[in-house]
Amino acid sequence: MATRADSAVTRPAARWDEYLFRAACFSAATLLMAALAGVVVSLAIGGWPAFKAFGWRFFITAEWNPVTDLYGAAGPIVGTLVTGFLALAMALPLALGVAIFLTEFCPRRLAQPIAVAVELLAGIPSIVYGMWGLFVFAPWFAAHVQAPLAVHLTEGSWAARFFGGVPNGANIFTASVILAVMILPYMAAVFRELFLSVPAQVREAAFGLGSTSFEAVSKVIVPYVRRGVVGVVMLGLGRALGETMAVTFIIGNAHGLPHSLFDAGSTIASTIANEFTEATGELHTASLIALGLVLFIITFAVLAIARVLLASERH
Amino acid sequence: MSARSARRRITNAVFVGATALATFVALAALLLILWSLVSKGAGGLSGTIFTQDQPAPGSPGGLRNAIVGSLIMCGLGMAIALVVGILAGTWLSEYGGQSRYARAVRFLNDVLLSAPSILIGLFVYELMVAPFHGFSAYAGAVALAFLATPVVVRTTEDILTLQPGALREAGMALGASRAKVIRTIIWRGARAGIVTGGLLAFARISGETAPLLFTSLGNQYLNLDLSQPMAALPTTIFQFALSAFDDWRQLAWTGALLIAAAVLIINIVGRLLAREVSHK
Repeated sequence: MATRADSAVTRPAARWDEYLFRAACFSAATLLMAALAGVVVSLAIGGWPAFKAFGWRFFITAEWNPVTDLYGAAGPIVGTLVTGFLALAMALPLALGVAIFLTEFCPRRLAQPIAVAVELLAGIPSIVYGMWGLFVFAPWFAAHVQAPLAVHLTEGSWAARFFGGVPNGANIFTASVILAVMILPYMAAVFRELFLSVPAQVREAAFGLGSTSFEAVSKVIVPYVRRGVVGVVMLGLGRALGETMAVTFIIGNAHGLPHSLFDAGSTIASTIANEFTEATGELHTASLIALGLVLFIITFAVLAIARVLLASERH
Repeated sequence: MSARSARRRITNAVFVGATALATFVALAALLLILWSLVSKGAGGLSGTIFTQDQPAPGSPGGLRNAIVGSLIMCGLGMAIALVVGILAGTWLSEYGGQSRYARAVRFLNDVLLSAPSILIGLFVYELMVAPFHGFSAYAGAVALAFLATPVVVRTTEDILTLQPGALREAGMALGASRAKVIRTIIWRGARAGIVTGGLLAFARISGETAPLLFTSLGNQYLNLDLSQPMAALPTTIFQFALSAFDDWRQLAWTGALLIAAAVLIINIVGRLLAREVSHK
């Protein structure tokens, strides 16, 4: 048994053990930092030939042509931003509604199972959403929305500019819908956690002043965690921007700038997923990796803002 | 009743109704997806799914090569992620504290937690596939490990921080070193929580497709050699779903059903385990 003489402080074996264990833990933590740094460095190195060849024109031209070896990223960048923000616009009101309903209005006996179901649905792999989009939603959309609409669109009208396109259901808009369905349970689950963190006194004080439920939610509870709300919005956006599989199935994978909401397009992630293993030349591969760097910078900025806002919410 | 209070009441009723409607719409959409998955996937379920490899179009077959590949790569990826993640989580909770470096690690870990998985695929391609001139199951496993590690770090740190300080003091008072206290007392107390974190991470990576596309690539045969390309369920589903053959599409639906069911079951087990711990 340990006497004073061989306690941890004096026994050399224990000192070594302590030192090694601590070093192992520290290296593991450092490995995480190195991983993130490695992502940036490898994408920058791999994409460098593309930046060198095209310069700033890489970001502002939309021609993406492996035959002539000309690559411009404007198409996928615009596609990524449009689908991401459209998906967010569709998912945000629903996710807020679900979270508010579950935390404020729903009977507790019903709220708990629904909340668990929502959290479980947030874990469903995105490829499942993608397949559903390709085989179920896109054909439905083509037959019941695009086909009837096409009859009424006149060439060159403003409506045709927004809603024209090949009526096959694979377009920017349907991809955004699938993205919205995918980020919806995730955002609802995080929103719910956020609203549950509002102290009971705050809620009671609002009702004590005679507020209706609507007033308590809109003027007290949501403003109380407003930075967190913006944080969750950013998290959802980050997911939508970087999502690959749910989009690749259904966006139509067309190069260049999309002509309308109902036109085939591409995102950064879908372009990389489709072309990387079949990239023909060195410049093609480099351009795809450069696209990856652009995506990294966009999502890193969005996610970093999200985390800062959410961290500041922990009272 | 004044007009003003009537208006407040109506606004409130409309608001409550709108949130209920939002919940209904969201649940309906998600149940619709699950229903398509079950109705289209269940038809293809049979013993041959697990006993035969993927077929050529038009002939019968299963998904054995993909299922085995997924299990191997997810298993190896999780092994790496558990070692690195538990150690890093331990450092954050026990040694790092609120130091500037620890805060930076924590922040970047949170960012990695939701970083686009396709970029991890590109990174591992540059790291392991390009230098060694070949796609391999090792590369696939490493890519999956990068995705699982942040989850393990997060849950490990959270659960270790919950362990009472008195436990640490009691161990040290007996003359044990800090390292020994962590390994024999703190880790043991947090075991169930760490297992839950591992299960959640496993559920997450088992459905990942994008990081495997340029690392393990895929393989139409059953392959147990880790230095060679290996099939995985998600990549095989991707290939089959986009094919023009009806029987391949059927296999894709069945595979998607298998993955979704596996992910759901793992998540539920993890949750039950976590609840057991919090009740103790």
